[in-house]
Amino acid sequence: MNALSADLWPYLLLVLVGFLPNEIWRVLGLVAARGLDEDSEIVVWVRAVATATLAAVIAKLTIFSPGTLASIPLWIRLLAVASGLAGYYAIRRSIFAGVIVGELVLIGATLLFGR
Amino acid sequence: MPEPLRQFSTPFAAFRGGIRAAWLSVFAYVLFGTYIGIGALAYDFGFSLLWVCLSTILVWAGPAQVILISALGGGAALIEVAIAVGLSGVRLLPMVVSLLPILKTPSTRQRDLLLPTHFTAVSMWVESMRIAPLIAPERRIAFCNGIGTGYISSAMIATVAGYYLAAKLPLLMTAGLLFLTPISFLISVARNSRQLVDKLALVLGLAIGPLLAYRDVDLDILWTGIGGGTLAYVAHRVRESMR
Repeated sequence: MNALSADLWPYLLLVLVGFLPNEIWRVLGLVAARGLDEDSEIVVWVRAVATATLAAVIAKLTIFSPGTLASIPLWIRLLAVASGLAGYYAIRRSIFAGVIVGELVLIGATLLFGR
Repeated sequence: MPEPLRQFSTPFAAFRGGIRAAWLSVFAYVLFGTYIGIGALAYDFGFSLLWVCLSTILVWAGPAQVILISALGGGAALIEVAIAVGLSGVRLLPMVVSLLPILKTPSTRQRDLLLPTHFTAVSMWVESMRIAPLIAPERRIAFCNGIGTGYISSAMIATVAGYYLAAKLPLLMTAGLLFLTPISFLISVARNSRQLVDKLALVLGLAIGPLLAYRDVDLDILWTGIGGGTLAYVAHRVRESMR
């Protein structure tokens, strides 16, 4: 392999195994959405599928955390999520407030009890 | 009484409005935290700065990028990497299918939808689903392109920052950055779920997802989405028919 193609190889990989396998779903979505309008029953169902999928991702990130987040005890992660939600409802339904409360509980509880 | 729709005199004004909305929303900061992690990860695995920046623009999906960087960097088989990235991307399909009908008008050309399609990711989807219905229909595409551009630029700055900050962050700080994603998405999905069907889908997804993951079911996220979403939809239909 000459020097130029060796330099370009990582970029080719990025397109072949990163961009294409991910982008295909967006393009399929574009094709599938043709002729659908927002009130159609199938869009209500698809929206529910998208919401449940995202919920599964959220729950998995919290309970089976990858990487460094896994070093924080599970009970602290769950407590932080519950506090964040409570903070959101208690403080003017502000997402910022909820996120900050959740983060403070996560970091505070880890510093106090987590080691 | 419904609020009057927000008007913009030109598409560019709507685009700028979208960028502004993106930067004012919590996700610009959540993405910032997430992509600091992704930039740092790419540095750890020896990718170039240009490569990881391109991956943010082209892939534009946090989980897919984490898989791509760690699997390629760890020397996994290419077909394995492609499949893992592909599986993580399935969730984008229902997002695109539920968002585009809100953006379309009878005069919309298919190619005008290419950019919002590419911009679709969890953050952009959640904010667009909330704000786009409040915008005049003919300006929704430009507005959502603005949201997407605002988020990608936030992610790009963070990718570069993370690349240079790599290995200098304390452990607890890294954990706090990683926690930004689940906490902010959970709260914002809870906010967006106004109808019963969406609330049910959220609760079912939260309950079924960990159960399937705990049982080591293959494609747990996919099955949770289809199963939980369908159950929520059926419950919604049963309730409608009883009225």
